[in-house]
Amino acid sequence: MTSPGRLVLPGRRASLRQLASLTWRESRSARRRLLLYMTSISLGVAALVAIDSFADNVTRSIREQSRALLGGDVAFGSRRPYTPQQKAVLDSLARKSGASYARVVTFPSMALVPRSGGTRLVQVRGVSDNYPFYGVITTEPANRWRALQSGPNALVDPSLLVSLNARLGDTLTLGLGRFVIAAVLKQVPGTPGIAEIIGPRVFIPERYVPETQLLVFGSTADYGILARLPDGANPDRAVRPFRKELERMQIRARTVTQSEDNITEDIQQLSEFIGIVGLVALLLGGVGVASGVRAFVSRKIDTVAILRCLGASSGQVLAMYVAQAAAMGLLGALAGAALGVAVQFGLPAVFGDFLPVDVRVTLEPAAIITGIVVGGWIALIFSLRPLLALRNVSPLQTLRRDADSEILRLRWNDFPRVAVNVALGLSVVAIALLRSSDGRQGLWISASTFAVIAVLTASAIMLSYVARRSLRAGWPYVVRQGVANLYRPANQTRSVILSLGFGAFLITTLYLVQSNLLRQFDVNIQKSNANLVFFDIQEDQAAAVDSLVKSRGQVLQSAPVVTMRIAAVNGRTVEQIVTDAQARREEDSIARTSATRRDSVALVQRRRENQSAQGGRGAARDQRPTRPSWALRREYRSTFRDSVTAGEKIVAGKWFAAASASTPRDTGEVSLDNDIAAELRVKLGDIVTWDVQGVQIPARVTSLREVTWARFEPNFFAVFSPATLREAPRQHVLLASVQGTSAVAALQRDIVSRFPNVSSLDLSLIRETVAKIVEKVTTAIRFMALFSLAMGVPVLFSAVAATRRDRIREGVLLKTLGATRGQIMRILLAEYALLGLLGSLTGMVLAIGGGWGLTRFVFDTGYSPALGPAFAIALLMLALTITIGLLAGRDVFRETPMSALRET
Amino acid sequence: MLRNVSFEIPQGDFVAIVGPSGSGKTTLLGLLAGLDTPTRGKVILDSHDLTTMSENDRARLRGEKVGFVFQSFQLIPTLTARENIQVPLELQGSDGAAARADELLERVGLGERGHHFPMQLSGGEQQRVAIARAFANAPRILFADEPTGNLDATTGTRIFDLLESLNREAGSTIVLVTHDAVLAQRAARTIRLADGEIVGDTAAAA
Repeated sequence: MTSPGRLVLPGRRASLRQLASLTWRESRSARRRLLLYMTSISLGVAALVAIDSFADNVTRSIREQSRALLGGDVAFGSRRPYTPQQKAVLDSLARKSGASYARVVTFPSMALVPRSGGTRLVQVRGVSDNYPFYGVITTEPANRWRALQSGPNALVDPSLLVSLNARLGDTLTLGLGRFVIAAVLKQVPGTPGIAEIIGPRVFIPERYVPETQLLVFGSTADYGILARLPDGANPDRAVRPFRKELERMQIRARTVTQSEDNITEDIQQLSEFIGIVGLVALLLGGVGVASGVRAFVSRKIDTVAILRCLGASSGQVLAMYVAQAAAMGLLGALAGAALGVAVQFGLPAVFGDFLPVDVRVTLEPAAIITGIVVGGWIALIFSLRPLLALRNVSPLQTLRRDADSEILRLRWNDFPRVAVNVALGLSVVAIALLRSSDGRQGLWISASTFAVIAVLTASAIMLSYVARRSLRAGWPYVVRQGVANLYRPANQTRSVILSLGFGAFLITTLYLVQSNLLRQFDVNIQKSNANLVFFDIQEDQAAAVDSLVKSRGQVLQSAPVVTMRIAAVNGRTVEQIVTDAQARREEDSIARTSATRRDSVALVQRRRENQSAQGGRGAARDQRPTRPSWALRREYRSTFRDSVTAGEKIVAGKWFAAASASTPRDTGEVSLDNDIAAELRVKLGDIVTWDVQGVQIPARVTSLREVTWARFEPNFFAVFSPATLREAPRQHVLLASVQGTSAVAALQRDIVSRFPNVSSLDLSLIRETVAKIVEKVTTAIRFMALFSLAMGVPVLFSAVAATRRDRIREGVLLKTLGATRGQIMRILLAEYALLGLLGSLTGMVLAIGGGWGLTRFVFDTGYSPALGPAFAIALLMLALTITIGLLAGRDVFRETPMSALRET
Repeated sequence: MLRNVSFEIPQGDFVAIVGPSGSGKTTLLGLLAGLDTPTRGKVILDSHDLTTMSENDRARLRGEKVGFVFQSFQLIPTLTARENIQVPLELQGSDGAAARADELLERVGLGERGHHFPMQLSGGEQQRVAIARAFANAPRILFADEPTGNLDATTGTRIFDLLESLNREAGSTIVLVTHDAVLAQRAARTIRLADGEIVGDTAAAA
C-alpha cells in the first residue's frame, strides 16, 4: 500500500487555517482558565481607559466651551482701575481689531442682610450690561439675568441665601450700597462648583458699584475687561502687537486659546499623575499574567509532548499557544476597557465639583484603543516569557511517567528569553514615557518599578536561601515540609513574593501618602485657635476695630499689610530679568511641573492667588512665560514686624537685629519665603527693590523663612523690618479668637455695620470647606486604594495557581502515605504564612520608602508614616495570601489517592 | 544507558523489544523514533539519519512516517476522540482529515463515540482511539510502548488484535516494547535487553 521511498522534507505543512482550527479546539478547556489569568490586566486597562477617557472628555468639553468659560475672546485684567494711558492702549486695540468690550470688577466684601442679621464674606462682581459675551448664566427663577441691570439688583449663589438666612426679595447691603436679591444663580460658566463654598458670588450691575464705596485706593479688586472680536478673528493675532505694551502696563491678557491651554494642561497633568496608578496596575497585572501563564504552561507539558510526537514543530506549538494567550489577553484587555468606560461614566459625579465645565461624557475611541493595545501588548509580552519554555518540551516526555516541571527551566542566556526580557523592559519604559509628557518623570517611574522588582526578587532569593540553611531536623514534620517547599525545585517563592510584595507596596504607598497629606492639613488646622480674620482694615480704623474685637474676645495677631511689586533685583529691572529668563525656559519647565503639582494640594486660596497673579501661568505653550516671570510680576501683600510667628521658621540667615529694626537706613531689610526666593532666584544678601505704590524701596534679603501655608493665619511671602516700611501706606489684618457661634456672628455684624469696608471671615467656615474638599479627595483616594487591593487578588491567585498542580499531586501523594487533612493544611499554612509574611513586609518597607519619596519630592510636605495602618495592610495581605493558598489546597481533598496513582 | 546496541529491522517486520524494568527499553524506543538523540552512534529510519537531523526535521519525519501507541494512551485531553485522530493529518496539512478520522473510528469500532472527550472513554476505548490516531497518517513504522500495560488481560488482547489487523492492512513495520512474554511471543522477532545491552535477538519459531 505504501511504497518505501524518500521523505520529501519540504513537503506539505499544516495550513494556517488548519493550525488555527487546531489551536481553537485545543484551547477548549483552558480558555476559561487562561481568561481568568488575563483578567489580571483588566483592572489596569480599566484604570487607564477610565482616566484617559475622562481627561479627554474634560479637555473636549473645555475646548467646546472655552469661549463661555472666559466670557469673551480675550480677557484683560488689572489690579487697579485703568489709567488713561492704559485705556488708550485698549482703545487702540479695539480700533485695530474691531473688538468690543464688557467690564467686570471683582472684589471681596461683607454681605449683610439687615432683616436676618446674617453676614458673610462674598465675591462681588460688578458687571456691565453686555457681560458676558459668550455662555449663558442661568438663574432661578428663570431669565432674571437680563433683569439684573434694571436697578440695584443682586444675583447670588444659592448657598449664600442659606448662610445669610435670607430669601428672594430681601435687601442685601454691600458696603454702603443696598441691593435687592432678585434671583439665585443656577449655572455660571467658568467656575468649578466648589468655588461657591469658598466665596459665594454676588453679581450686581457695574453702575451701582460706586454706591458701595468699597473701592478706594489700595483695595483688593480685580478689574476685568472682556473683549469680543468680530466673527472669525484670531484672538492671538489681535493681541500680539499689543502684548509688550500691555505687559509693561501690568495689564494681563488672556486669549481664549491660552485659557484653554492652561486648563487642559492642568487636567493633563492631573490625569497623568492619577494615571501612574493605572500604569502600575497594568504592570502588576502583567506579573499576574506571567505567573498564570506559567501555571497554564505546566499543565500543557503532556499535550505539547504528544503534539511533538505526532510531528508538530516547536515553532508550531509555540505559535499555537502564543495565539491562545494573545487572544485571551486581548479579551482581558477588552473586558478592562469595557469596565473602564463604565467607570468613566461615573467619574463626573465624583470630580464634577472640581471642574470649571460641564463634562459631556462621550466615548473616546483613542483612549479606548490605546488601553486595549497597551493592555493586550503587556499581556502578550508577559505571557511570552513562560510560553517560551514550551520549546523545551521534548516528545520523549510521552514515554516518561511524570511530567517534570523542571524541564520548563530555561538557561539564563537562552537567546529568545533574553530578547523577550529586553523587549519587556523596553515596553515598560516606552509605556511610562508615552504616558508622561515629562520624560524625566517617565524614567523615574520605570526606574522605581524596576527597583521594586529587584528588591522583591532579591528578598525571594534570600528567603529560599535562608529556608534551606535554617531548616532543622528537630522541627515538627509539617513545618519542615512547609519550609522545604520554599526552596525545592519549581518552587513558587519568587512569583508569590513578587506579586504579593508589589501589591502590598502599591496599596501601602497610596495609603501612606494619602494619610500623610490629610494629617498635614489636620495638624495645621488644629494648631491655630484663631477663628476670625478681619482684613482690609484702613489705617484710621485700626485702633477702633482692635478695641471692638478686644471687647468680645482675643486679638491673636494684628499685621499691617502693604501692597507692592518688585521693581528690580540687584539693580536689574524685572523686564531685563524676564527677557533673559526666557532663554532658559527649558530648565524652568521642570521646576514649573513640580510647583504646579504642589499647588494641587496646597491651600486653595494660594492657588487662586497664583492664577489671578500677573502674567498668570500662562500663555500658549510656545510663548509661555516662565515661573520667575510670575513671581517677578505678581503683586505682593507684605507686612513688617520685629518677631517671627509660630507658623514660620528661619532656614537661612538671621532675623532682623533689634537695632536695624528701629533705625531707618538707605537699604532696608526683608525676609523672604524660601520657595518664592527660589522661584525668584534670589539668594541671601541680594538686594530686591520694591515698588511700594510708586515709591522705590530697596531691601537686602537678610533671612529666608519656611512658612507653613496650610495654617489658617495671615502669612506673607515678604516680611520687612519695621523701619523699612515705616512710611508706607498700609491696611491691617487682624486675627482673633472669639468664643461661641452667636458671638462670632454678632461681632461680624457689628464690624460690618460700623466699618462696611472691613471684611471678615469665619475660619470655621473655611475649615468646613477644606474638610469637604479633603473628604472628596479622600473618597477618590480610598477608591484608588480599594481598586489596587482588588487588582492584587487576581494577581495573587495567578501566582499561587502557577504551582497548584504540583501542590495537589504532592498533597494527594502525602494523603496516600497517611497524612491527615490537618497535617496537609498545616504544611500549606507554614509555607504560605512565610511567603505572605516576607512578601507583605518587604512591600511595606518599600512603601514606607516610596511614601517618603513622594511626599518629599512631589508633594513637598513633611513625612510621618502611619505605621499602624501600614502594618494592618501587611496583615491583611498576609491573611489574603494564606486564604488563597489554602483555597488552592482544597482540591487536594477532592481527589482520592487512587486518582493520583492512576494519573501517573 | 545503552551500550553496543546495533540491529536492523527490515520494512514490514514485527519486532518486540523485551527486558526488565530499567533495562533501557524505553530509552531505545525514544532513540528509534527520533524522540531523542544518542550521545554516540547512529539511528537510521527509512534511509534518514536521525542523528544528523534537526529537531524540527525529525518532527516532520515523525508526522509523515511514524505512528505511536503509548501505555498511558497520551490522548490530548482537550480534544474529542475524532479531533485527536485528526491531529497528525492536520499537522501535515492533508485535506479530508475529518473523513479519514471517521473511517478510522469506524474501523476501531468507535463510530458512535467520536465526539467524546478522552476522560469520557474507558481505558480500552482510549487506546483504540490512540491506535486509530497512530494509523491516521499511514505510517511506515509504528512504535508501541507497553500498549496493553494499563489494560486488563481481555481488553489487552483485543487491543492487540486490532493493532495487528490494522498493521496487516497498512503494511507498516511494528516495534513493540513490552515486558509481557505472551505479547512478545506474537512478534516475528524478539530483541532482549538487560542493563542497556542486547542479550538476545531471536526469530520466533514459526
